[in-house]
Formats: sequence, C-alpha cells, structure tokens
Amino acid sequence: MNQVIVSINGKQYPAPFGESLLKTAMDNGIEIPHFCYHEDLPIGSSCRTCLVEDVKTGRVVTSCSIKAEDGVAILTDTPKVKELRLKNLELLLAGHQKNCPRCKKGLFCRAADEFGKYGVSTVKYWRPEIQEKLHLMSQAALIDPQLCISCNKCVEICDKIGVGFLKMEGKNIQTHATWSRDKETDCIYCGQCTLHCPVGSAREQNQMEDVEKALADKNKIVIAQMAPSVHASIGEEFGLPIGTDMTGRAYTAFRKLGFNHVFDVNMGADITTIVEAAELVERIKENKDLPMFTSCCPAWVKFMEFYHPEMLNHLTSSRSPQIHSGAAYKTWWAEKKGIDPRKIVVVSFMPCTSKKYEARHEKLKIDGMWPVDYVLTTREFGALLKKYKIDLPNLESSEVEEPGTYSGAAVIYGASGGVMESALRTAYFDLTGKELDKLEFEKVRGIEGIKRTEVEINGRTIKVAVVSTAANAEKIIQEIKNNKSAYDYIEVMACPGGCIGGGGQPIPTTLAIVEKRTESLYKTDAKMKLRQAHLNPVVRDFFDNYIAKLSPAARKKILNTSYSRKKKFE
Amino acid sequence: MNNDIIEKIEKAGLVGRGGGGYSTAKKWREVAKAAGNKKYVIVNASEGETGLFKDIHILTNYPDMVLKGVILALDCLRAKDAFFNLNKRYYRLLRLKLEPLINEYNDKGYNIKIFVEEPSYIGGEETALLNAIEGKRTEPRSKPPYPSIAGLYAKPTLINNVETLYNVARVAEGAYDKKRFYCLSGKLKNKGVHHLPDDWSVEKILKETGNYPGFEFFVQIGGGASGTVCDQGQIKDRLATGAGAIEVFEKKKTDPRKLILRWLEFYQEESCGKCTPCRAGTYQLYEMVKANHEIPWPEMFEILETMEATSFCALGRSVIEPIRSYYSNVLKKA
Repeated sequence: MNQVIVSINGKQYPAPFGESLLKTAMDNGIEIPHFCYHEDLPIGSSCRTCLVEDVKTGRVVTSCSIKAEDGVAILTDTPKVKELRLKNLELLLAGHQKNCPRCKKGLFCRAADEFGKYGVSTVKYWRPEIQEKLHLMSQAALIDPQLCISCNKCVEICDKIGVGFLKMEGKNIQTHATWSRDKETDCIYCGQCTLHCPVGSAREQNQMEDVEKALADKNKIVIAQMAPSVHASIGEEFGLPIGTDMTGRAYTAFRKLGFNHVFDVNMGADITTIVEAAELVERIKENKDLPMFTSCCPAWVKFMEFYHPEMLNHLTSSRSPQIHSGAAYKTWWAEKKGIDPRKIVVVSFMPCTSKKYEARHEKLKIDGMWPVDYVLTTREFGALLKKYKIDLPNLESSEVEEPGTYSGAAVIYGASGGVMESALRTAYFDLTGKELDKLEFEKVRGIEGIKRTEVEINGRTIKVAVVSTAANAEKIIQEIKNNKSAYDYIEVMACPGGCIGGGGQPIPTTLAIVEKRTESLYKTDAKMKLRQAHLNPVVRDFFDNYIAKLSPAARKKILNTSYSRKKKFE
Repeated sequence: MNNDIIEKIEKAGLVGRGGGGYSTAKKWREVAKAAGNKKYVIVNASEGETGLFKDIHILTNYPDMVLKGVILALDCLRAKDAFFNLNKRYYRLLRLKLEPLINEYNDKGYNIKIFVEEPSYIGGEETALLNAIEGKRTEPRSKPPYPSIAGLYAKPTLINNVETLYNVARVAEGAYDKKRFYCLSGKLKNKGVHHLPDDWSVEKILKETGNYPGFEFFVQIGGGASGTVCDQGQIKDRLATGAGAIEVFEKKKTDPRKLILRWLEFYQEESCGKCTPCRAGTYQLYEMVKANHEIPWPEMFEILETMEATSFCALGRSVIEPIRSYYSNVLKKA
C-alpha cells in the first residue's frame, strides 16, 4: 500500500494512503476520544468526539473522516478542540452517569474512562428517557436502550455477521438501537453487538454474582474450566500484549478466586473431537447426511435451527466441549471421586455469549443437572479478577489438575479451522489406524471467512470447508443446495475468526487483534507433545473405563444431542 | 449531452430554490459530466421546514411546468429515471393531479416515480433523501462523494427543488422573468405565496404586497426554523434569501422565551438522531429553556456554538442562526 507522511501535533508519521487519521493517531499512541469508530466497520462520523483541528483550514473536524494523504496536518489538543470535544462528550454521555452500577462492577464501558480522563460531567444535563424497554437475547446478551448512544456499531456488526437482527429506530433524542420485529429474523446470540458496543448498551447477561455466591457456599464443589480462546486473550484485560498465553497464570487466578478444582474446557474439546471424528467416519463410510457440519458453536446451531431447519440432519450430533467436559465431571469424575454430583458447580470461562444460552438447554441435562452451571465471558473473568484485586500478570503459573489434561488439538479449537484440523487428525487415525506424518492443515488456518481444501485419506478425497460468520455460512449453504456433493465436512463458527474473535472477548477486538490471538493458539499447539485428541490419556480413561460401560442410551445422553426447528426467541 | 439548456440556465442565473442557493447550471454540469451508465433526477418536494409552502403552491398550480423541468433535466442527462420526493401531506393533495401527468410521460418511455416521504425536516437534505428512497434511515451521508457524482444507488444524481425545476421550464420557454416565490406568514394581511422579482428587498416585498405592518415588528427570513431574524430597521436592503420565507412578528406581543421554545421544539423533534451535537444538543436546549423562566443564554450558546462547529450536516449547524440573530438583531444583547 502507498505510504504517505502525515503530521499530528507537529510530528511526522507514516500512514497508508487513505487510512483514517484517527487510526493513524491511535496506532502511534496519540489518544483521541471516539465512540463510533471501529476499524473493521464503516466510518459513520456521528459521535463527533474525535475532534481535531485541521491545520490547513483552522477548522475543527472529525479525525475519523480525514483520510491520510501527503500534507495532511492535524492538531489534537488545541483549546478550541478541547472545548468542543468536552461539550460533545457531555452531550453524548448525558444518558450515562459517573457512578453507574455497571461501571462499579468493572465491566467494560468507555464512558467510565472518559468521565475521568476528560473531566466529563453530565450533571447539568437532562437524562433522556428512551421509550423502549430492555431486551434480553435469551440468556446470552441484552440490549439496554437507555444507555445507547446511537453509534450504530451493533447494527453494522450484526449485518456483517449476516443476521440483521439489530437496527436503529426512532429519530431525535429517541434514536436507539433496537431489535427486528420481523418474524423471519432472529438473534443467534453470538454477542458480537456486545463486543462492538462502546458503552455497554449491548452487553452480556452478567453471571458474576451467581458465581460469587457458589464460591462462597461451603457445600458446593466449584470447578473452573476455561476455553482455549480465554487462555490467549485474558491478558488483554490487564493491558498485556495481544496473544500473551496466560494459561498457567489463569489457573492460579482460579485458585485465588476460591475454585475448588481447576479443569479445562480443552479436555471437553478432546472428547468432542473423538465423538465428532467417529461420526464423520461413519457418515463417510455410509455416505449419509453429508456434508456434516460442526455444531460446537451454539450461535451457528441457532442459525441453522431458525433459518435452515431443513438441513438440521447435517449437523453433527456431538455435544460441544463445555457440555462434554461439564457432564464428564458430574458423571465419570464424581463417581471416581465418590462425590455427590449435585454438589458440583461447573463454571465455564468462555470467549462467548451464546455459551450462556447453550448452558441453559433443557435437552442437555444429565439426571436433571446442567452440565455447566454458569458461563462467564472473558470480560466478566477480567472484571471478577479486578474486583478481588487479583493481579493476573504478576501471578506465578500453576498447572491444571489431571482431569483437565488436554491436547494441542483442543487448544486450536479457539481458531476458525481448529475444530476441522483436530477432527481430521483423529479421523485420519480412525480411518487408517495410523497417525498423520504432518499434523498441520495450513489451508484451514487464518481469518478468511471461507476456506476450502481437500484431504486424501485412504484413497478417498474428503472435501472440507471452514467458515466463519453466518453470512459466509449462508453462501456455503446455497452452494450445497446447488451441489449436494460439494463438501463432506464443514466447520462453521458465527464469529469472525472463530471463538478467538468471540462476542465475549476483550474490547477492543478487531480482525488484526484476532489474527494475533490466533497465532498464539497455533504456537501453543506446536509446542505441545500431546497434539491429538485420541491420544489424551484422561479422555481415553473417560471413554474406556466409563463411557464404554454405559448402555448405548446412557452414552448418547452424555455425548450426543439433537436439534429442532426454532421459533423466534426460542 | 444537451449543453444548450445548461447554457440557458447559466445565462438566466438560476440558483437552487430549496434554500442552498447553489448555481443550478453548475449542478447540472457536474451530473452531466459525471461518469455513469445510469443517472437519476430527483425533484425535491420535501418542504419540511415551517413557514414554507411555496413548493405545494407551485405543484398545485403549475405541475406541468415542474414536470417539463424534469423532462428537460432527464433529456439533458440522457437519463430516463426520475423520482418525485414528495412529502406525504402533499401526496394526498396532489396525486390526482400529478399521476396522470407522470403517466403521460412514462408512456413515452420515461420512468418517473413518486416517492412518498414521511414528512420531516431532514428529509429535504439531499443525501438523507437519497437514503430514504433507498429504504435506509433518513439520515445524511458523508460528503464527498456528492450526489452529483454518487447519489441514488451510487449513480450520478441531480436533485433540484420544485421551484428550481419550474424555473428551468420557464427558461426553456424564454419566459423566465427573474422572479421567485415568497412565502409570507405571521401577523400579515395578505399572507401566502407571492411571485415577485428576486431582487426585491424584504421591505419592498412587504410594502408592495400591502403587508407592511403598522406596528413595531421583526422578521424571520429564509425559513421558519433556520431563517435569520432581522429587526424592522434592517430589511431595507435585505433580500429574502434561502427558501424565500418571510415571517412577521409583532415585537411587543412576542415573548422571546416562547419564540425560542417554538424553534427548539421544532428542532428537537426533527433532528434525525445521527450525530451527537444535533441529537443531544437540540434535546438539551429544549429541556433547558423549558425548565427555566429566564432564558439561560450563556449555557444555550455553549451548546449552540458546539452544534454550529461540529454537527454532521448543515441542519444541525444552522440551529444557532435564528437564535443568535434574534438575540443580536432584535433583543440587541450582543
């Protein structure tokens, strides 16, 4: 790309031609407040807080809408800029308050930062009352119109994901984000709106207090399990470089929070891989219900159940990692330890909001128990640690307990393509009885929305695709409708880049950040000795000494699930 | 490209009559020159500001002339597609008149459609109007690109006010006599639309129409919301600019707070909601004046000046105009 030189506060900076000067400034550590700018989304220039002075004209303009070209010069802190910026910040945040209960919980809201940083006070202004009620998206997320600042980001990301559930409504001060009343449009709970909302108007449904209550209950045995994407992203909540592997320190943090046991969702991922790979092998052998789709992303499953119920037979019947491991603790592990499973409380730490929704599926209950009791997002995890003043970056590392043993194949579940790669490593073994010479499937890695490749196993060519976002999934579905044998196996994740870019991840999340986090996952996998799910000794023990002894029906209850057409809000 | 008509328009000195006052010939030339296999013409009959009622007057009395202007524009651009951006209130009044005329042209191969617009102030803003026709939120777009380069469905688009197109038809007929339509309202004997020379001063217009008040007065010129307020003594050489509205107020009987509230009520209702200063500023201004017996001038101007400097579109930037001019010209506080 063409590089140009721009001037910010009298200093010269290189920038790609046409880049938003707000981004140039931020990338060079120059702070400019902003609420409606996100580098992956359209520039709306509506919040009017990223004001700077254009040196050439002397006019105050929005930096987001200035494009980098030679000779462009801006000043970010002139008296005029400061005055206008403060006024717009105050007008923008009039619906927020300095000591908001949510801010006190330590959950993300940029308003909280700006109140302090820029001396914003909204006490002299009227708090607008939006004529619309708070809306819950199942158990996953919610949209609170009172806090909406009309930045439009949730609407744009919802469109980009391919759902179009959110939209802006009303005019004047009543303008706010709302949900589609169209019967044919429903939320899939991916939570990308919560990831792109600058002020917590769209946010996860918080379960921090439930978890604290469980931790305080002496009669409960509380287990923490963390998804691979959280390993690679929780450091960002503490200002660490993107992609810092926090696995060992997070385990210590769980212990400091008072969890009785520290396991890992990754162990569940190894179970999932084995169940799913076996099903894939069977379907390929019988040439039945191909292509098979992955189903570990509940947002993707909801998308299928609502938008494409005619294709539900293509979803793997395998349950998802957190549900597999959660059930394993409450059955196999409880039995082994002689513990009453009803005392066990499983808390998942996920990069995701739709996992909160999944955890409340009645159909997943085992003997009346939820496999997973609570799900906290990466952001809630960060807030919880801060609340208890646990300084994560400076903790010593510790190890996961034995039942949390996992393979590198589980680690890469966090990245788009990871589930596919893990399943192929195991399916290859299932079909050939041999291990792959080379475990890496580079063609299914990376953050592109659609990746395709072919894999030769035992003389049969297996055509695979890896997809992220519902918009791309829809393209693949249309492709399949035109050509039934286009693919054999397809991985779909609702969020861009997979779980590592999930709706529960730290804010900000951009595609560039997702790429860096992804690298971290593959690096971890490459360093591991155990890299295939089927070689995980703990998982083997679970299958050989517990599952194998169950009746087929009981097995199915723990390992498999089913799907059904969903109505709006179901 | 038929440059003939553009030259005639240029010679006649036509400017946009929607309020902007941009050179009509220049605008036509920009669209004519713009690259694109498809181009659109849009008649702007939004007329969403208070104190304006000349577009409905023209469409009621001279719909044929306006359509003639549309056809001249389409032919000039070698285009076939045009939209009437028609205020819903007007649509009810005009459809029986307009539709047969439009059908006549459509039978000849043109494709003119009426877009029934939910009445709003922002709906007259060129790019907001494009969004509305495209089925998007009625909010302004970032400029550039200008509609003349990338307008409706990103195609070069000529957007002209009703009166402008009427004038184009007059120019083509060689009958343009440098007049414009003035909307006279307020405390007057002969209210309504008057078609008079465009170089008459406000004072002359009031006198010649038999409207010059016998009481102490001030006027708002241009439009009932965004127009500039002038005192009685300031209108001798003052033209009725903008969209050509003149509203007369009796000084003694006008309560400044009530007048300001009238403006602010309009704005806080009509702000499209896109940008912070206009969306939140108009609301806070209205609440602020409503809650105080005395007008809180300094606090008001703080917000108004921020709106003027930082609003996304011209509508938000102009909210200060009536209040500031009223304050300095009539209340003489500056």
